[in-house]
Amino acid sequence: MSANTALAEKYRNNFLKEIEEQVEMGDWVKMCMQCGVCSGSCPTNFQSAWEHPPQELFMMIRAGKREEVLTSSSMWNCTSCYNCIVRCPRKLPITHIMHGIAEYAHRLGMAPKMQPTRFFSGLFWKNCTHTGRVNELKLSMGLYFKDGLGAGIKEGMKMKDVAIGLLKAKRLNPFELLGGHKCKDQKGIQAMLKKAYEIERSRKAAKMAG
Amino acid sequence: MADIKVAAYICKGCGLGERLDTDALVKIAQKDGKVPLAKSHDFLCNADGVAMIKNDIANEGVTHIMIGACSRRAKTEAFFFPENAVARANLREGVVWIRPDTEEARETTQDMAEDYIRMGCAEVKAMTAPGGNTNTGTSKTLLVVGGGVTGMTTAIEASKTGYSVVLVEKSGELGGWAAKLYKRTPVHEPFKSPADTGVADLASQVMGDSNIKVYLNATIAKTDGAPGRFVVDIATESGATHTEDIGAIVQATGFTLYDVNKLPELGGGKSPNVVDQAGLEVLAKAAAAGDGIIRRPSDNQPVKSVVFVQCAGQRDPTGTHLSYCSGFCCNASIKQAMYFKDTNPSVDTTIIYTDLRTPGNGEDFYRSAQEKGVIFTKGKVAEVVPNGNTSTVKFNDLILGDTDASMVDVDLVVLATGQVANSGINIDALTKPQVEGQEGEASAAGTVEVKPISILNLTYRQGPDVPQLKQGFTDSHFICFPYETRRTGIYTAGPVRRPMDIAQAREDATGAALKAIQALENAELGRAAHPRSGDLSFPKVRLEGCTQCKRCTVECPFGAIDEDEKRFPVFNESRCRRCGTCMGACPVRVISFENYSVNTVGAQIKAVDIPDEFSEKPRILILACENDAYPALDMAGMSRNEYSAFVRIIPIRCLGSVNTIWITDALNAGYDGVMLMGCKSGDEYQCHFVKGSELGRVRMSKIDDTLKTLNLESERVRDLEVAITDIERVPDMINKYAAELVAVGPSPFKGF
Repeated sequence: MSANTALAEKYRNNFLKEIEEQVEMGDWVKMCMQCGVCSGSCPTNFQSAWEHPPQELFMMIRAGKREEVLTSSSMWNCTSCYNCIVRCPRKLPITHIMHGIAEYAHRLGMAPKMQPTRFFSGLFWKNCTHTGRVNELKLSMGLYFKDGLGAGIKEGMKMKDVAIGLLKAKRLNPFELLGGHKCKDQKGIQAMLKKAYEIERSRKAAKMAG
Repeated sequence: MADIKVAAYICKGCGLGERLDTDALVKIAQKDGKVPLAKSHDFLCNADGVAMIKNDIANEGVTHIMIGACSRRAKTEAFFFPENAVARANLREGVVWIRPDTEEARETTQDMAEDYIRMGCAEVKAMTAPGGNTNTGTSKTLLVVGGGVTGMTTAIEASKTGYSVVLVEKSGELGGWAAKLYKRTPVHEPFKSPADTGVADLASQVMGDSNIKVYLNATIAKTDGAPGRFVVDIATESGATHTEDIGAIVQATGFTLYDVNKLPELGGGKSPNVVDQAGLEVLAKAAAAGDGIIRRPSDNQPVKSVVFVQCAGQRDPTGTHLSYCSGFCCNASIKQAMYFKDTNPSVDTTIIYTDLRTPGNGEDFYRSAQEKGVIFTKGKVAEVVPNGNTSTVKFNDLILGDTDASMVDVDLVVLATGQVANSGINIDALTKPQVEGQEGEASAAGTVEVKPISILNLTYRQGPDVPQLKQGFTDSHFICFPYETRRTGIYTAGPVRRPMDIAQAREDATGAALKAIQALENAELGRAAHPRSGDLSFPKVRLEGCTQCKRCTVECPFGAIDEDEKRFPVFNESRCRRCGTCMGACPVRVISFENYSVNTVGAQIKAVDIPDEFSEKPRILILACENDAYPALDMAGMSRNEYSAFVRIIPIRCLGSVNTIWITDALNAGYDGVMLMGCKSGDEYQCHFVKGSELGRVRMSKIDDTLKTLNLESERVRDLEVAITDIERVPDMINKYAAELVAVGPSPFKGF
C-alpha cells in the first residue's frame, strides 16, 4: 500500500484532520473565515496562475476534497511574497500553509510531476547537494530541457542574447558542463545530508503512522 | 379672553439692529399688529432684557408676549414665560441670516421682517397660555406584560428606580424562552464558551422583590383608561379577575419560533432527527441531566454528526417564509455546536451559512468555535432528506461553486428558524375587509399570520392591541424612538419589537422601563409624552359644532380619541401626543389647542402684507414641520445658506395638523404658492407622529379639487419631503420653486 492510500485510509473522510496533523501549520486551516483578502492580495492571481486561490483551497480541505487539493498545482504557485500573511484578518500564516500543503502533496507523490516550480525545486536540490555548490549552467539547462530536446532548444534560443552577453562578461563558463567546481569537503556534506534525511524520515514516518 | 394685553419686543442684538430698521418694526407692531405696548431692546435675551419683559408682565398687566428676535427654537430658557401666551417672530435665522447683506437686498429683507412681526402679533392674539390637562391620573405602578428576560429586567429596573410593578405572565413560571435554554451565548470576556442563562437569578430577584407583584398563569382581560390611570383586569387561571390601577405599560411578550413544519423541504416535521434550535436545547438539557451525551431522538443513539442549517425559513426573497434576518441565530448555532464539541471533540459539527452574522462580541465566539473544530461551510441548503435514522443535507457550496454538494449520514439536523413577534392582533388587518378565500393566499405570500388572541385587550376604539409596522413587529421607530408604540404610555421591548438576542433584550427592557416611568410622571402633571415632552397644551373640542364625521377618531395615530354612546368623540388627553392630526382632519374646525389652532395659523396667513401683481414681489407660504423641516431651515440660516425673500414660513406641529382651510385662505388672499414641508412617510417613515405626515399627505392629495374650483394651476401647492439634514437642499428647493412660480405668473387673487 502506498503512503497515499495508507493515509487516505487512516483519516477516511476527515481530510481537514489529516491536514492538521500532517501539514506544517495545517492546524490553522480551520480558522479561515472565507473573507478572500488573501486571494485579492495575491500578486500571482493577476495572471490567473491560481486554479484555486488560498481561501478556496482551505474550503476544499474542509469539504474533504482530498484528491483535488493534493493534485492541484495552486499551492506551487506561491511566490512567498507574504502579502496574504500581512493582510489576513485572522492572522493565518497562509504562505507557510501553502508550502506545507505542497510539501505534503510531494511527500505522498501526488503533486503534478512537471509543474515548473516543483520540477525546479527538485532540480535545484539535486544540483546543489551533488557537489555542495550550485552549478548554474546545469541548473538552467536542466530547466530548459525539462519538456524534451525540441522545447529546450526553442526556449534556449529565446535567451541566446542574454547567454552571449554573459559569456562576453565572463559570467558564464561553458566548461562548467564538464563537472564544474565543487566544495572542499564533499564527503562531509553527504554525511550531513544523510543524517538529516534520516532524522526527517523517522519523524515523518512517526507522524504518518500516527 | 376678556382682558388680554399684548406686548411686542424687538431685539437689536445678533446684528438685527444693523441689518433691519427696528424702529420701523416697532411701528409696524403698533400700527399693523395693533399692540398697545411695543419696545425694542439692544440685547433682549440678556438679564436686563428679560427683566424688562418680566416687569411689564408684573406691572403693566401684559398677558400675551410677541418676541421678535431669534428662532423659537433658540433661547427657550431666557424667553420662558409659562403663565403667558408667547409668540416668536424669527428675525434672525429666518430673515437676516438667510439674506445677503447688500444694499439691493435691504428692502426685501425689511419686508420679510415686517411681515414676521405682523404674523407674530396676529398669532399671539389668537393664543392663550396652555394650562395643562386636568383629566389626569396618579398611578405610579408599571404593568409588565410577559415574564421572560425582557419582562423580568423591566420589572427589576423599574423597581430599583422606586416604582412598583405588576408583572403578568401567561405561563406557570418566569423565564420565557431563556428558561428553556441549556446555556446562552456569552456576554463577558473571553467570549469563548456558552454561559449560564442567568434566568434563575433574575426570577429569584423578581420573586424576592416586594415592589414587584407577579401574576402567573394570567392574561390581560381588559385594559381601559389612559397613561396615569389605566385600569387593567388580569384574568388568572382560577377564573378570578384582579383589577389593578396602572400608570404605564411595558409589553414584553417576546416571540415564537417560526414553525419548522412550514419547512418540509428542509425536513421540518418529517423526521424526529430534524429539529429547530429550541428542539436542540431540549436535547441538550436532557443530556446535561443524564450522561452529557446528546442523543438523536429517533433511536437514542449518540449524535456523531450534526449539521446546522442557518437562515432556515428566513431571509427568503420569494415571500414564502420570513423575509428578515432574526439576528440571534448565528450565535445560537455556534453555541449549540459547542454543546457537542465541549463534551466530545470528535463529533462532526458543520454550520452551513450564507452570511455569518455575529453581533456583539460574537466574532470572538465564532473564532472560539473554529478553534474547537466546528466546520463552517458557506452554502445555501436546498434540501434535507431524512432517511431512517440519518439524513442527507443537499446544498449549494457558494465558495467552491458546487451546486450539488451534499453531506450524508447526518445524525441530527438543526434548523435555525427565525423569531415571529407575539404582538397580538394586527389591528390594521381588522379594519380591512376580509375577502373569503384570500386568507390562505395571504399566508402563502409570507405575511405573518394574524394571531387571533389579543394581548392587551385595549378598550380603545382603534383596536385591542398596539399597531404593527411590518412583519408583525410592533410599530416603533428603530432609531429615533425605539420603545414608543402608537399608544401613549404603552411601550414595547424585546423581540416583540424587532428580532433580538438576550443581551439586546435586556438593554431594551431598561430603556422601555425608563420611558414608561417618564410617561406616567408626565401624565400625572397633565403634560405630553414624546415627542412634545412636557407640552401643556391639549386638544379642546367644541362638541356643539361636531358633525360626528369620525375623521378625528379614525385618523388619530395614537388611538387617543374614543366615541361616546351618542357617537361624539371622547378625547383622552393623557393618551394624546399633541400632533394636531385631529385638528387638521376636522372639516368643521372645532378642534384646537390653546396655543396652536386653525386660528393661530390662519391669523398669521392673513396678517402677511400681499403686494399687488405689478410689484414683482411674489409671496410664498411655507408650512414647515417643526420637527424636521423647521430646524433644517434654522440650520440653513446658521450656515448662512441664502434663500428667497418672498417666502413666509410658519412652523406647524406636523404635516398631519395642516387643515386645508389654511391653503384655501392663503390662495384666496393672493399668495402665489404654498409649500408644505413634512417628514418622510410610509414604512420607512421619519414622522415623529408616525402617521401624521402620511395622513397629511393623503389629505393634501385632494387639494387639486380646491385648486380647480379656484381656477388655479396645480403648481401653486407643492408637497415636499424634508429631513432635518436637508440644510443645503431646503434653500435650493425654495429657490427653485420661487423661480418656477415666476414662470407660472402672479396669482390672480391679488388685490381682492
